[in-house]
Amino acid sequence: MIDERTARRLARRHAAERRFKLYGMASVAVALAFLVALLVTIVGKGYTAFAQTGIAVEVSFDAGPVKEGDFAGLVKSALAARFPEVTARNDKRELFGLISSGADRVLRDMVQDDPGLIGQRRVVTLLASDDVDMVFKGHVTAESGRLTARQAEWLASLRQTGAVSLGFNTTFFTAGDSREPELAGVGGAVVGSLFAMVVTLCLAFPLGVSTAVYLEEFAPKNRWTELIEVNINNLAAVPSIVFGLLGLALFLNFLNMPRSAPLVGGLVLTLMSLPVIIIASRAALKAVPPSIREAARGLGASRLQVVTHHVLPLAMPGILTGTIIATAHAIGETAPLLMIGMVAFIVDIPAGFLDPATVLPVQVYLWADSPERAFVERTSAAIMILLAFLAVMNLLAIVLRKKFERRW
Amino acid sequence: MNVASKPALDQATLDDRRLAKVSARDVDVFYGAKQALKSVSIDIRPNEVTALIGPSGCGKSTFLRCLNRMNDLIESCRVAGSIWLDGEDIYTSGLDPVQLRARVGMVFQKPNPFPKTIYDNVAYGPRIHGLARSRAELDEIVMTSLEKAGLIDEVKDRLQEQGTGLSGGQQQRLCIARAIAVSPEVILMDEPCSALDPIATAKVEELIDELRQRFTIVIVTHSMQQAARVSQRTGFFHLGELVECGETEQIFTNPRHKLTQGYITGRFG
Repeated sequence: MIDERTARRLARRHAAERRFKLYGMASVAVALAFLVALLVTIVGKGYTAFAQTGIAVEVSFDAGPVKEGDFAGLVKSALAARFPEVTARNDKRELFGLISSGADRVLRDMVQDDPGLIGQRRVVTLLASDDVDMVFKGHVTAESGRLTARQAEWLASLRQTGAVSLGFNTTFFTAGDSREPELAGVGGAVVGSLFAMVVTLCLAFPLGVSTAVYLEEFAPKNRWTELIEVNINNLAAVPSIVFGLLGLALFLNFLNMPRSAPLVGGLVLTLMSLPVIIIASRAALKAVPPSIREAARGLGASRLQVVTHHVLPLAMPGILTGTIIATAHAIGETAPLLMIGMVAFIVDIPAGFLDPATVLPVQVYLWADSPERAFVERTSAAIMILLAFLAVMNLLAIVLRKKFERRW
Repeated sequence: MNVASKPALDQATLDDRRLAKVSARDVDVFYGAKQALKSVSIDIRPNEVTALIGPSGCGKSTFLRCLNRMNDLIESCRVAGSIWLDGEDIYTSGLDPVQLRARVGMVFQKPNPFPKTIYDNVAYGPRIHGLARSRAELDEIVMTSLEKAGLIDEVKDRLQEQGTGLSGGQQQRLCIARAIAVSPEVILMDEPCSALDPIATAKVEELIDELRQRFTIVIVTHSMQQAARVSQRTGFFHLGELVECGETEQIFTNPRHKLTQGYITGRFG
């Protein structure tokens, strides 16, 4: 039988275990709560950016303005026709403020696709200006002062006829940056991020893995390699902005590479992610049991054969995971890219590694700085796309790990 | 103190070292400043099983790993003295340890098959040494190696399964098959049965006895019964020295040295 003292001690031990479990669950719950709060705020603020307000008006494609390329004139005359009572010059300007200054591009594209339109009349949904968009989505009230009293009146009359509607915001995915929120998109930033990521992966992966293999499998263990190891560990902890400054000094000032280019951005991110990849790869190589190395050496495999036939394939899941995590980290990096000029306002979508470009996190930074209410939802939407990017990368890491994983 | 007295050494070495398959003279091994082996001299005769016994840390595994230069991999390790294989010094600078290990195979304490298929495990050695000119030839080598290792009946229908999925005893025999697939002249075994159950051990011991016809075998073992069962000659190591070496029967029935007697009768070790 258990005596009383033992029973008491046993009870205390069980209680301690229960308490520990509870603490663990509580901390998980707190972490989850923060995550949910983050996602709810971002999604809640951002999801409306995927829809865009349009105003349907009847446009007559008169031959004169079309020949001159004056599609903005078509928009204006269409609006003037819809509200014939507006005649004064100032009032007209107020009226035209309902429609985005980029709305004429839709008409131009339509005529380019189908020249037969000239001389006809069509109902076209024109891009509304950001203020109308915000009011229609309910983010600001019509009385907030963003719209004038008359603009609000016109909008109300348009709404009554059902001319105002929400449509999918393709511009947001295809366009580059713009001063006008309704014309701004993440397309340029996504392409820039992809270019920078390709450069980073192509350089950091082979460099990092070969460094790790050399240090782990070939290099003699002496004071020099120890010094190198310490320095690599230190480099992994260096603030990223310092890498940006290094990139500025080395790539831009010394090597005269172009400013704002994804190539330079990728190089800087390579410098930044190399130490992380090296450390992760070394850990993965270390985790391969030495018995496998001995078995291969015992059969007469050379050092390189031991590494390429056995150690590297076995370490690959760990190496890939480390690389993808490092790259995902690099994608979310802003500070070093500010230093090499990727913070610029770039409207065009980059077509190559040397074109000026920006990247997603920098785009988020730029938009978060903009005063327009419409940029608030676009900032959140851009964050959502960035998060989706990272989620896909992490999923890829898991899939690759599962695919290459072997048991022994 | 030199515990190895003169008559014992005469037993350990031959008058003409060219008659030995492997011949070691005055081998000293240092790990950094620590001396692990002190002046070991032994001749290992062809087509015999030589067992090396002794208490833990006595240097028998260290000596075994000198015979195919596996100690080269340990950076702090330094080997002095001379070891000959068929009258050729294996520690000359001109000799490629990679080539040496094709002639002197090794089986380790813990079964360590590659995480590949059974076929690929056995085929790996022949592949890297270019022993087979065609797929059919490689198949032939794999099958005969598995047969020699007494594993063929158990695995012939599952050659494409993972080698790591076999039982411990089967894994160790797979490692033996892998070692003999490169047709070595000498096979070194470092406590090959210490991770196996008695039935698997019996199978491996049986196998060792058969392999003696074709190969010269050196086996390190902690089990004196095993040494008595499988070996023709036995060497007893103590504190880095080869105390006594002779015919197994003589070592176990009539040891010359009192340390040997103490060890085999279980007074220490």
